[in-house]
Amino acid sequence: MNWHLIAAQLLNGLALGSILALVALGLTITFGLLGLVNFAHGVFFMVGAYAGFVTFQYTHSFGLAVLMGALVVLVVGIVVERVVIRLFYRRPPEDQILVTFGLAIVIVEIVRAIFGGKTQLFPMPSWGMGATNLGFLVYPNYRLQVIVIAAITLAAIYLVLYKTRLGLIVRAGIDDSLIVNILGIDVTKTLLAVFVLGAMVAGFSGVIDAPIVAVDPDMGASVLIESFVVVVIGGLGSFSGSILGGIIAGEIISITTIWAPDYAQVMLYLAMALVLILRPQGLFGTEGRL
Amino acid sequence: MDTQNGANESAVNRRTFLKGSAAAAIGAAAATGFPSIVLAAKSSKSYPALGTYPAGISGDTAMIGIISDLTGSYSADGEDLVKGYKLAIKHLNEGGGLVSKVPTLSGKGVLGKKLVYKIGDSETKANPAVQAATEFIERDKAIMICGDTSSAVVIALEKLAQREKVLFFAGASGSNDTTGKDCQRYGFRSQPSAYMDAKALAPILKKELGSKRRAVYLVPDYTYGTTLYESMKEFTEKIGWTTVNHFLAPVGTTDYSSYLLNIANSGADVFVNIEFGNDAVASTKQAAQFGIFKTMQMIVPNISSYMPDGVGAEIMAGVYGTQDWYWGIAGNKAYPEAAAHSKIFLDDFLKEFNGVYPRWTAHIAYDQTLTWADAVERAGTFYPPEVIKALEGGHKIDLCLGPVAYRAEDHQQIRPVPVLKGKKPSAMKNKDDYFEIVGMTPGHEAVPPLGMFGCHLPGST
Repeated sequence: MNWHLIAAQLLNGLALGSILALVALGLTITFGLLGLVNFAHGVFFMVGAYAGFVTFQYTHSFGLAVLMGALVVLVVGIVVERVVIRLFYRRPPEDQILVTFGLAIVIVEIVRAIFGGKTQLFPMPSWGMGATNLGFLVYPNYRLQVIVIAAITLAAIYLVLYKTRLGLIVRAGIDDSLIVNILGIDVTKTLLAVFVLGAMVAGFSGVIDAPIVAVDPDMGASVLIESFVVVVIGGLGSFSGSILGGIIAGEIISITTIWAPDYAQVMLYLAMALVLILRPQGLFGTEGRL
Repeated sequence: MDTQNGANESAVNRRTFLKGSAAAAIGAAAATGFPSIVLAAKSSKSYPALGTYPAGISGDTAMIGIISDLTGSYSADGEDLVKGYKLAIKHLNEGGGLVSKVPTLSGKGVLGKKLVYKIGDSETKANPAVQAATEFIERDKAIMICGDTSSAVVIALEKLAQREKVLFFAGASGSNDTTGKDCQRYGFRSQPSAYMDAKALAPILKKELGSKRRAVYLVPDYTYGTTLYESMKEFTEKIGWTTVNHFLAPVGTTDYSSYLLNIANSGADVFVNIEFGNDAVASTKQAAQFGIFKTMQMIVPNISSYMPDGVGAEIMAGVYGTQDWYWGIAGNKAYPEAAAHSKIFLDDFLKEFNGVYPRWTAHIAYDQTLTWADAVERAGTFYPPEVIKALEGGHKIDLCLGPVAYRAEDHQQIRPVPVLKGKKPSAMKNKDDYFEIVGMTPGHEAVPPLGMFGCHLPGST
């Protein structure tokens, strides 16, 4: 038994999981808090990556690229919410799926019309280059840094949503909009804020993930599917569930790859199926939350 | 033109046989399925309805149904492929380019019919591709279908073409099965098969890298990946290499880190990356981040059209591989047979697409569409069995690779295989100048022996 490889894959599972948790977070926010099934989530991830790519081309600053990735998606998110999404909060999930799926197609094709279908070269920021020798493996610096970036981002968003007055209003507005309205708070603004926050996190993680994955117009599709898997495993609407779901998904992929690489993806969906059968609300979900 | 007119009189549905055409007797014979009808039809220079013939050419136009990957992991290659078809159709309709170098082609359409086309998106998946192609055949009466950049999709389209009796020309497809166990009478492939790539590559690898290497493979999990892996394993082991391990990954994987850890841990000193399209870009980029190229030489047996653009020239420098065609052949004195015609294609493509360089996928589209048109002209009819005969007759056509022909027994084109090596960034003359050509293996040396991959062509009617 190659213990080095097992240790290496365990660490890789954590790194993979933290990226998955980060990209799934935006979906958790809109899915969990708004009850909105957002099939355009992957598109925000992709738009963020492209906005970051263009910014990096001109400025060679990764920090600005991340900022612009989040800001461009903020604007796109506001437009999309005001024009389309706000009409669908109270519609059945199948309507939400259809409209967000359609939105995703339109936005992907706009990006393809501008940039073409080929992969864009998004270079690694200089501080992320190279690899660290951890004794049992050589591991890319950037992936280690992403674990930290993901942890900080997740913590910050947790604090905003659960420890601030703003977060309190947001959660109250979603739980009982009538009462919050009576108290003189505009709930439509709250919904907008939550939707845009979810989109921005997706855009942000798009830029963070861009130096690792291939940047192309379809890059959001697989992210969307993986995000849903993570949210289903972790539990709908559960913040800690999405983090745990991400790490579980990452570890399943990594550990399976040691012995049966061709079954890595299969095992992930098998795990999701098991969760759906044995604990439909997910590991950390609360029944009837949606 | 008599042949079409004769057949045109019966405006025929694909599945119904002749009614009241030049010879009603022939129609009756056709309905009973006697082989004699072909002979009878031929002697009177009029053919029975078959597939979309003659419905597809009853007007002034003939329609080509193009299937390509407009979305999905191979979409960059798919875009280039479509450009090749567009340029070929333009030249066939309006003259210009290599059309003027093929004696049978007039530049005024094919057999007097102006070519029109439609493009369908395969999404790099067999089902949408077959759906789009079926629509082209049923609704638009496409007289020929072509395209795609995934062997899995190409094989599905080949089978559809055989069933529907409509000619199909494969876009990018490297699997041995395309002209092996899944070969079809109605399917033709010009790209070198996996076997041809591996056989062309091996002697150069032995010369440049020695015969005591240990190779590990990253393999896309479908017919293209598995057959290319098997052929590379066969030929590298013949030159003395050891195959350490191979890892299968699904098409469209975005993060290869867990595979790459296995690869880094494998003890190999050569990393053979069989991934294609955006998957090749993602896996290679990530391999560089894992420091794999510090200890391993990379080989990409079949280099995707836009892989160098996606990973950058630093990583591609020193990488060995093959491509169906590379623009560096144009005007290259080392390859006199192919240089002049490749130059014409390159110049016209650059002009048509505002300075964008053609990649090998566009070359496949361009050359094969002209090859089909030439066969139709030589047959004097669009009737598919006659066009197939013209293509199987060993007639050589001289386009971007010098004189080439399809092998009658399996419809694999016998053509040279360019072997490439990535240039250092400092040696590049322009931003598309990624490769030097280190070998050009003649087609007859590279092709597999007949029957090796189990091809049994079904009939044409």
